[in-house]
Amino acid sequence: MSVQPLYVNDDDFFPSNDDHERWEHQGYEMVVGLEVHVELDTRTKLFSASPNSFGDEPNTHIDPVSLGLPGALPVLNRHAVELAIRLGLALNCTVQKSTFARKNYFYPDMPKAYQISQYDEPINANGWLDLPDGFRVGIERGHLEEDTGKSTHVGGAGGRIHGSDYSLIDFNRAGVPLVEIVSRPDIRHPEQAKAYVSELRSILVAVGASDAKMEEGSMRVDANVSVRKPGADFNTRCEIKNVNSVRSVGRAIEYEAKRQIALHEAGEPVVQQTRHWDESDGKTHTLRSKEDADDYRYFLEPDLVTVDPGEDWIERVRAALPPLPAVRRRELAEATGQPADSESVMLVVERDQDAYVLAAGADGGDVALALKHVKESAELADAVPSKHLAELTTMESSGAVTATQAKTIVEAMIAGDHDADPEAIAAALGYEAMDTSELESLVDRAIAEQPDAWEKFCAGEGKAMGALVGAVMKASKGQADGKAVTALLNQKRA
Amino acid sequence: MTHINDTTTLTAAGIAASVRSGETTAVASVQRHLDAIAASEADVHAFNLVLADDALSRAAEIDAAVAEGQDPGPLAGVTVALKDNMCTRGIPTTCSSKILGDWRPPYDATVVTLLRDAGAVVVGKTNLDEFAMGSSTENSAFGPTRNPHDTTRVPGGSSGGSAAAVAAGFASVSLGSDTGGSIRQPAALCGTVGVKPTYGAVSRLGLIAFGSSLDQIGPFAHTVDDAALVLEAISGHDPGDSTSIEQPPLDLRSTLAQGVEGLRVGRITDLPAGASPDVQGRVDEAFDALAAAGATIVDVEVPAFGYGLTAYYLIAPAEASSNLARFDGVRFGTRVSAPDTNQMYMATRTEGFGAEVKRRIMLGTYALSAGYYDAYYGRAQKIRRLIANDFAAAYAQADVLLTPASPTVAFELGDKSSDPLAMYLCDTYTIPSNLAGDPAMSVPFGTGDGGLPIGVQLLAPALADATMFRAAAALERHAAQNGVSS
Repeated sequence: MSVQPLYVNDDDFFPSNDDHERWEHQGYEMVVGLEVHVELDTRTKLFSASPNSFGDEPNTHIDPVSLGLPGALPVLNRHAVELAIRLGLALNCTVQKSTFARKNYFYPDMPKAYQISQYDEPINANGWLDLPDGFRVGIERGHLEEDTGKSTHVGGAGGRIHGSDYSLIDFNRAGVPLVEIVSRPDIRHPEQAKAYVSELRSILVAVGASDAKMEEGSMRVDANVSVRKPGADFNTRCEIKNVNSVRSVGRAIEYEAKRQIALHEAGEPVVQQTRHWDESDGKTHTLRSKEDADDYRYFLEPDLVTVDPGEDWIERVRAALPPLPAVRRRELAEATGQPADSESVMLVVERDQDAYVLAAGADGGDVALALKHVKESAELADAVPSKHLAELTTMESSGAVTATQAKTIVEAMIAGDHDADPEAIAAALGYEAMDTSELESLVDRAIAEQPDAWEKFCAGEGKAMGALVGAVMKASKGQADGKAVTALLNQKRA
Repeated sequence: MTHINDTTTLTAAGIAASVRSGETTAVASVQRHLDAIAASEADVHAFNLVLADDALSRAAEIDAAVAEGQDPGPLAGVTVALKDNMCTRGIPTTCSSKILGDWRPPYDATVVTLLRDAGAVVVGKTNLDEFAMGSSTENSAFGPTRNPHDTTRVPGGSSGGSAAAVAAGFASVSLGSDTGGSIRQPAALCGTVGVKPTYGAVSRLGLIAFGSSLDQIGPFAHTVDDAALVLEAISGHDPGDSTSIEQPPLDLRSTLAQGVEGLRVGRITDLPAGASPDVQGRVDEAFDALAAAGATIVDVEVPAFGYGLTAYYLIAPAEASSNLARFDGVRFGTRVSAPDTNQMYMATRTEGFGAEVKRRIMLGTYALSAGYYDAYYGRAQKIRRLIANDFAAAYAQADVLLTPASPTVAFELGDKSSDPLAMYLCDTYTIPSNLAGDPAMSVPFGTGDGGLPIGVQLLAPALADATMFRAAAALERHAAQNGVSS
């Protein structure tokens, strides 16, 4: 059974990628593709009715199918298919008729000694994922498969099966639904790999397909890394396993690329192998070579039938998809005037607080100021109704309170003071807007008291302004608007 | 020696009717069969396990239900023997292999539940060729089963225990599984009716798999009507088996008496040679009998039929190599201790599996291996499609087809056990139906050399089980009224 090519390389498919920064080392570039396994957020397992649940007492979520008992038969979980379709559509894939195959190998935590996995006909094929900076990474496939049990090797060295005294197996995870998302080898920079994983994670969470927690293993990343001189043919690649955080993704592929470059430069061959990323020494180590690789003897799983979701189902899922993070970032960016890949926009959308910011705008507030406050105070969205945030931003933009005062008011609102009413809080704190003449006299006094600073400021030393502004703020007991003070100082210097 | 007990004169339909009406009791029915077992089982060895106490207490429950005016179901008090590759909750299920050890399934196969719900009483688990791999029931870890018509001969296989149990009168009916002829060939050799229904008509949930895309459970019975009665009870959609067809249970008995007037019966002109003259003679007579009953005999071709055996011995072992991989000593069954995991696997499987099972695991592993897949498994799948297409074309001209079931009558124990290829040829005529997923059945039709039973095979397109049964009933009536040569 050969894997059919699902994708025709079309230069027009990646019109913008040439503009992006590429990692380079001794004249080589890295060529990286990522295989990401995600556990689907279903109630039950992929082929049986046992709960799909993490962290419980070992071997409590088991049944004849999960244990591979003789006579047991798999029945496909419809909700897992639905979640796979959701994420496929979110990754711009073609959702197609698909089949399951058996991947045969012996391992104690693989109950049937075969894994049921989609092989030559995956449910999702040929999509893409756009990184926040616009770089497009092709998606080859996103296929359904079942997870294995979990082995704990006791005794011996390094928690590996070889040399251990005995092994314990927890079959709670056996049969948990996974989707494996395989990217094309389009990634050229460690930051792109990290951004890909982060963005994929956001999409998975947004569509409700997975909680995608790398630390709990519900999202696992393997990286295929090779290096080449730009424009040359692909070289032999290595697969890196055990990459357990976004940060490690960047570190591991950079280490691996440099390791391979050193081999090429030394005239030594890069051997195709699976390597293990060791977080503690920051290196990759040989796990197994291609020669040791299992022959999985894939064949069509005779206990299951073809999965044909049909246009109706696919379109119903498409219609019900929530807005994806990229779309939400774009909306927030347009509303606030910030770049879509700015820290504030990225962070607020990731925290799922963009709707709150936009609501403050809809309530008549200043949406840019709302974004600033929500970014700085993660608790705002949950603690304070958007209309109060809107009122605060209006007070701030009209000059009724200063930026510093606004921040203090935000803290009070979160604490629930005065029912989070910003005007009541401002009044209680004695915040009143200073009139211009009062402010001007404070500025004049500061200049008179610090002639050196004034001279330096006039001579163009920007830093000197801080001392003058500070004096005014102190004299006004924090009531002065920093921006207005700066404006007055500049006006007087001119 | 012959072991045909007087219980063979009782039909399941008759027993059920008299138990339901209170004319007789389930306990009496069960006891008669247990007596037959006591008389002959030591010579026949049809069973791996006889469940005498269980059967009697179940029978008493049924009688109590009748006494309370309840209807225990269409199989009330009918004794049934189960091939020992069907899971029975809390009762050892061995596949006649050492590797399962004393494993007791935590669940009943769907067919077992359905039989019990219909009022049937399980009297025991029957012997088989280990994991259903064989045609003589000699490949059993617990010793061979013998043919009740002549205990020097094999009962056929792999469901030889189930065939012998019915033929000897140990149970009114029994269930077997048929992957390449494992119901029909022993039915022919033991002189019982044996049916492999349409693939997907009967749930496979709880059947320990050999070749999942080929395996199908079906009944052995004394009469076509009894076989229909059992098949109606065990067929129908099971949401627990994804390959189960979404349709109600088969309706067979309502049309059994309709006769074959106008039915087109196909004679395959390019059928592989190999049937012995006595068998061929009965097949010819069967064509005449159906013609005499009003059927039209038509010549059809099924060119790929002869490639079935080759394709089967790649596909079935390939699936088996994967299905049997779970017997690894980790979670259940036999475990032979060894210094590390890989050696434990090897020691366990070396000790646990018999020679024929090992041979097929190796054949199948090879057929699926990288570099050989296209040449073997891939090509076998193409032949499988060809066979299905050829059958479909033949069924455009004929409603049913008629062939030999087994090429010969029952052979002697040990005759073929050292020659796997000769053994494989026993299934020449039965295998193609499994590859196509179509129904087929063996109907007793006279005797041959040594006075041993001969079965003829009727084949029909998928879901035309009822038509096939109608033709089988016509042959049965002919044999009863006119007799068949011997």
